[in-house]
Amino acid sequence: MSRGRAGRIGFAILVGVIIVYSLLPFLWILRSSLESSAGLSQQTSTFWPIGITLTHYRALFTEENFLRPLINSIVVAGMTTVIAVVLGSLAAYALSRLPIKGRMAVLGFVLLVSFFPQIGMVGPLFLVFRHLGWLDTYQSLIFPYLILSLPITTWILTAFFAQIPIEIEEASMVDGASIAQTIGRIFVPLALPGIFTAAILGFLLSWNDLLFALSFIHNPSMFTVPLALVNFRSAFYIHYGQIDAGVVVASIPIALVVLFLQRRIEAGLTAGGVKG
Amino acid sequence: MASKPVTRIPGRAFRPRPGHQTYTARRARVGYLFVLPAVIMLALVSVYPLLYNAWLSLHHDVLTDPLATHFSGLANYHLLLTDSEFWGDFLRTLIFTVISVAIELVLGMVLALVVSRKFRARSLVRASILIPWAIPTAVSAMLWKMFFDQRTGFVDFFLGLLHLPGSHEVWFNSPFWAWLPIILSDMWKNTPFVALLLLAGLQGIPHELYESARIDGANAWQIFWRVTVPLMKPTILVALIFRTLSALLIFDTIFVMTGGGPGISTEVVSYYNWYQFMTSLNFGYGAAISVGITIIAMALAFLYVRLMRQGGGFQV
Repeated sequence: MSRGRAGRIGFAILVGVIIVYSLLPFLWILRSSLESSAGLSQQTSTFWPIGITLTHYRALFTEENFLRPLINSIVVAGMTTVIAVVLGSLAAYALSRLPIKGRMAVLGFVLLVSFFPQIGMVGPLFLVFRHLGWLDTYQSLIFPYLILSLPITTWILTAFFAQIPIEIEEASMVDGASIAQTIGRIFVPLALPGIFTAAILGFLLSWNDLLFALSFIHNPSMFTVPLALVNFRSAFYIHYGQIDAGVVVASIPIALVVLFLQRRIEAGLTAGGVKG
Repeated sequence: MASKPVTRIPGRAFRPRPGHQTYTARRARVGYLFVLPAVIMLALVSVYPLLYNAWLSLHHDVLTDPLATHFSGLANYHLLLTDSEFWGDFLRTLIFTVISVAIELVLGMVLALVVSRKFRARSLVRASILIPWAIPTAVSAMLWKMFFDQRTGFVDFFLGLLHLPGSHEVWFNSPFWAWLPIILSDMWKNTPFVALLLLAGLQGIPHELYESARIDGANAWQIFWRVTVPLMKPTILVALIFRTLSALLIFDTIFVMTGGGPGISTEVVSYYNWYQFMTSLNFGYGAAISVGITIIAMALAFLYVRLMRQGGGFQV
């Protein structure tokens, strides 16, 4: 009895430690982003911020024009996700239910690409983009980001599509519907949740990249969110408050997405073992 | 998908007509059409750069002196084998990988075991461990770099509360202590991913096995080592391979936190490779390093595929 109780208390403490460990960094950065510059420029001595202010957030959008990288990141990650989901869905439909030869070869190839090291693409892609005049453009990020998102969306979607029973579609075909009609009216509505999951994961992977953006983007007006945040540091004077505010602004959408779509993300991550 | 003998079903759509393809052949043709765009796109953005890299690595090619570009055979690879800075980076990367992956696997297992139990705050815990996973690596590195700063951080503040020594001067100016924030950031960001993978494996273990072990008088510790771990071996290996690969390729964290410093004491292979490309503009030598890194990554990929084949087929 007493042992069970001690165990339960120990378990509760462990749970508490895990929650604090995961969330403390956010609470701390939120604290720092609200602290006055005077408080930030002296050694940390209290839990509570010294002088609460929103000036860092205002400066973030006026002095640093942080809206620009936010828009850039949304455009680039959004476009990448659309392309990856369309190409990935088509491939996954064929791989999960059409009688094609070389199914294993295609799946193996997709898996292999997801193991390709990102750094191995940087040099050649830089030379190609320089030749095409693509440096500092959206397409110089959208195409490389397909390396990150297309294999994973294809892989997840194939796993999801394989779980959708094929009998309904066969019945529709027997009734004389064409392949296009069957896909549009029967399959897509059933597959939508899986497609949505793949889209979230693909979007996050593109949103989170630093290496490609760092290599192909040098014009500040084309910076993505991670690149803009990293470049706050290279300024002559480090505006800690603005970095903190920037990190908070960049993290809140992601935290909200995760909180609301937790089940979907977990399902996607574990579908067939996906590299993250 | 085993195709059913649909041609036997009477119906306009499926009767093979002279000059028309059979139903199965038509479906197969659509299948190839569907797979092709993704395969071509992947080949274009990943296989082509790899081949280009291999070709570049056989050339002397420095962007600041384009006229001097010429075929140089294996000279870049010779340089790679004798470059003591690269091999120092390689050793550092290996040590970092072993330490961080070991910590992440152990902590990930603890997290998975906790979350697999049913308790009230369970979904709060699951959501809160997922957030670090979703945060960009660069942002995680910035967070932890700031936490180790005296003015914006809490590390020195907490150490002070506990009357322990510690200062910013030590953390990032010491070739040894600079690794601590790097490992903590990597750990914070990546342990949740390990935990989620392991959780999936954990939930696949039949409940009866635990029951019978308990009836046989095994305690929790014995059950963990004799039942849980052996049955989770495939999942653990998968997590191990994924984490090893991305730890070997660590770049963002190093770039943000230390830039390889102090000196080159936290320089890793990806960082050195990037430096050769984007700062030295030595694309020939950079390509040779990339080819080396790619070979290591491919070895891990083949290991992974073999594992998938052993564990109940190449399942998707």
